[in-house]
Amino acid sequence: MPMLENTTQEVLSLAEKHFNLAPGSLSPNDDFFKKLGIDSLQTLELLSRLENHFNIELPDYEVQGVSDFKTLAERIQSRL
Amino acid sequence: MLDLAKYSSIGAALKDAVERFANETCLIEADREREKDRLTYAEFGRRAFPLARAMQDAGFSAADRASIIMTNQSKWLVSAYAIFCAGGVLVPLDYKLTPTEHWQLLQHSEAKVLITEYPIWRQLAASSSRASTTNLQIVLVTEAPPNADLAGAHRWEEFRNEKAAPTFVTRERKDLACIVYSSGTGGRPKGCMMTHENYLEQCVALTSLYPFWPGVRYLSILPTNHAIDFMVGFFGPFTCAACVVHLRTLRPEFVREAFTKYKITYVSLVPLVLKNLQKGLQSKFDELPAGKRKVFDRLVALNKAFTKPHPRLWLSRRLLRQVHAAFGGELRAIIVGGAFTEPQTLQFFYDLGIPVANGYGLTEAGTAITVNDLKPFRADTVGKPLPGMEVKIVHPAPDGVGEVWVHSKTVMSGYLNDPELTAETIVDGWLRTGDLGQFDAQGHLHLSGRKKNMIVTEEGKNIYPEDIESVFESLPVKEFCVFAANYVWPRRSMVGEQLILAIHLDNNQQLTDELKNEISQRNSRLLNYKRIHGILLFSEDFPRTASLKIKRNDLAARLAQLDRDHAILPL
Repeated sequence: MPMLENTTQEVLSLAEKHFNLAPGSLSPNDDFFKKLGIDSLQTLELLSRLENHFNIELPDYEVQGVSDFKTLAERIQSRL
Repeated sequence: MLDLAKYSSIGAALKDAVERFANETCLIEADREREKDRLTYAEFGRRAFPLARAMQDAGFSAADRASIIMTNQSKWLVSAYAIFCAGGVLVPLDYKLTPTEHWQLLQHSEAKVLITEYPIWRQLAASSSRASTTNLQIVLVTEAPPNADLAGAHRWEEFRNEKAAPTFVTRERKDLACIVYSSGTGGRPKGCMMTHENYLEQCVALTSLYPFWPGVRYLSILPTNHAIDFMVGFFGPFTCAACVVHLRTLRPEFVREAFTKYKITYVSLVPLVLKNLQKGLQSKFDELPAGKRKVFDRLVALNKAFTKPHPRLWLSRRLLRQVHAAFGGELRAIIVGGAFTEPQTLQFFYDLGIPVANGYGLTEAGTAITVNDLKPFRADTVGKPLPGMEVKIVHPAPDGVGEVWVHSKTVMSGYLNDPELTAETIVDGWLRTGDLGQFDAQGHLHLSGRKKNMIVTEEGKNIYPEDIESVFESLPVKEFCVFAANYVWPRRSMVGEQLILAIHLDNNQQLTDELKNEISQRNSRLLNYKRIHGILLFSEDFPRTASLKIKRNDLAARLAQLDRDHAILPL
C-alpha cells in the first residue's frame, strides 16, 4: 500500500493535470475551492477522475465538507 | 390522483396513496450503476408501519418532533411517512450543514427523535459542539457497519415492531406538519412552522400546472429537506401514484446515466447545475463538424418557431432526437429553483424543446409563489402567481418596483420561538418576502433585487450575513460586521451577489498582510458558498443600540455613502 505522502502527491498531480496547472503549483494544504476557484460540481468531476486512477469508490458522504487536498488524500488512503 | 381537498393532513393523504396505489412503483434507489431498491406503494407502507409502531412504543406521540438528516434515499421518505403516521412533526435538516449547525438546530427544534445516516452520526456524536440540553431521546442510524460503535444510537433497520400495527394519529389542517429551516444557523435560527394545510394547498396548486400520474418518474437530486424536493420529489408524486428515483451519488456521469436508464419525466435542479448542464451541451454542439452544426442550428431554429406559443414535446423530440435521447427521451420539464436563474440559460433549454419550469418562491411561502405556465414560455420573468396565491407590490418606486408581499393558505404560520421576527415578516396575514419586483401587463412577475440583508447562491443556499459572523469572532480589530453588498448598495440585480466584511480598525492600526491572512484563514473555515468576497474599511464607531448590538440598518446606510467599487478590497 502506498504511503499517505505518495497518495497526496498523486492527488496533487492529478488535480494539476485535471485543471491544466503547472506541475508543483498545488500543495497539500491548499483549499481547492479557493485556490482553483471551482464549485462543488467541478469537485465531483475531479473525484471521479481520482476514483478511476486509484480504482476505488469514494461515496459522496466521505468527501462532504472536505476542502483541502491533504484531507482528501487521507480519505482516499483509507480506502486503498 | 388523490383529491387533496378531502384530506386534513399529509399523513392521511399518504396513507390513502399507499392503499389505493398499492401495486404501482413509488421508489427506485440506485447507487451508481447498481439498482439497490425498488418499492411499490404497498411495500413502502410495509417498511414505514413497523418503524412508526416502534417509535410509538418508545414514547413518540402526536406533535412530537423528529428530525431527518439524510442524503436523498428511500429511507428518507419511509422515515418521513412513519413520523406522519405517528402524528409527529418532521424537522428536515440539510445534511450538508456542519455538526455544530446540526446540533444548534436539533436543540432549537426540540426534536425528540433523530433519524440519520451512520457517517453523519459518527461526526455528530464526536463533535465537540454536541449540545448538552437537547430533547433528543432516540437516534436511529441507517447502514451502520456490523461492528460499528453506534454511540447510543439504534440501527434504523432493526428499530421495527412487526407484531402490532401503528396507531394512525389524525392531525388537523392547521396542525404543525414540519419545521423547515430556511436558514439562520447562527444567532437566529429561522424555523418556518409549516402546517398540513400549507402542503396540501401547495400540492394542489403546483400539480394543476405540472401534473404527475402513474408512470411519471421524478429524479430527486435537490436535497429532500429542501421545500422544493419535499413537494415535487415526495408529496406531489406520491399523491398521484408516480415514482421517485433516488441516486446515492451526484457525480455527473451517473446522473446522466439515470436519465436514460430510468426514462426520467421531471427533475429539479438548482441554477448552478442547470448552467453546468448548459455548458456541457454547448461544448458538445461546438464540437460538431461545420456541416452538421449548420443542420443542427436549423433544427433548433425550426423548433424555436414551432414552440413559440407553447411547448410541443412530440415535435421537439423528433426534430432534436439526439438531444432528447441523451435525457432519456421522456423528459417533460426541468424544474429549476432555489435561486434566480439567468434568462439566457432558461431560453437555451427551451430552444432545444426542454421546458424549464422556472419560478419564484421561498420556504416561508410554502415553496412556490409564481411559476412559468409555459403559455407561452417566458425566460425573462419568474412567471405568474400560482392558483390561490395573492401577490401584491408594496410601496412601489416611480419605476413600479416595490416589495413583493404574498397572501395564501400556503404561507407558514410563523418562525418557531420567534414571535418578534414573525411579526416583522407576516403583517396582517401578508408575508413580506424582502424581495423587490414588479408585474408586467401580462401578469408576469419580474424580480429585480433584494430589500433584505441576505444573499442566495446559485446552489440555492440562503446566506444571512449575521450567521457567518461567528467565524470572525475575536478578530484583532475594533469591531466588524458582515453585509450583503447589494443590501448596502441596492442594485437592481438578482445575480452576482456578494458578502463583505466591514471592519473598523483600532486607533493607529493598519490593514497589514498579517491581518488579511488571518481574515483569509478564518474565511476558509466557512463552507465555500458562505465565504466573504471582500473587506470594507470603515473609520468610525459602528452605531449600536443601548444593549450594544450593532444597528445594522444604520451602519449599512452609512457604509452606502462610500463608493462601492473603490471601497471593497477583494480578499
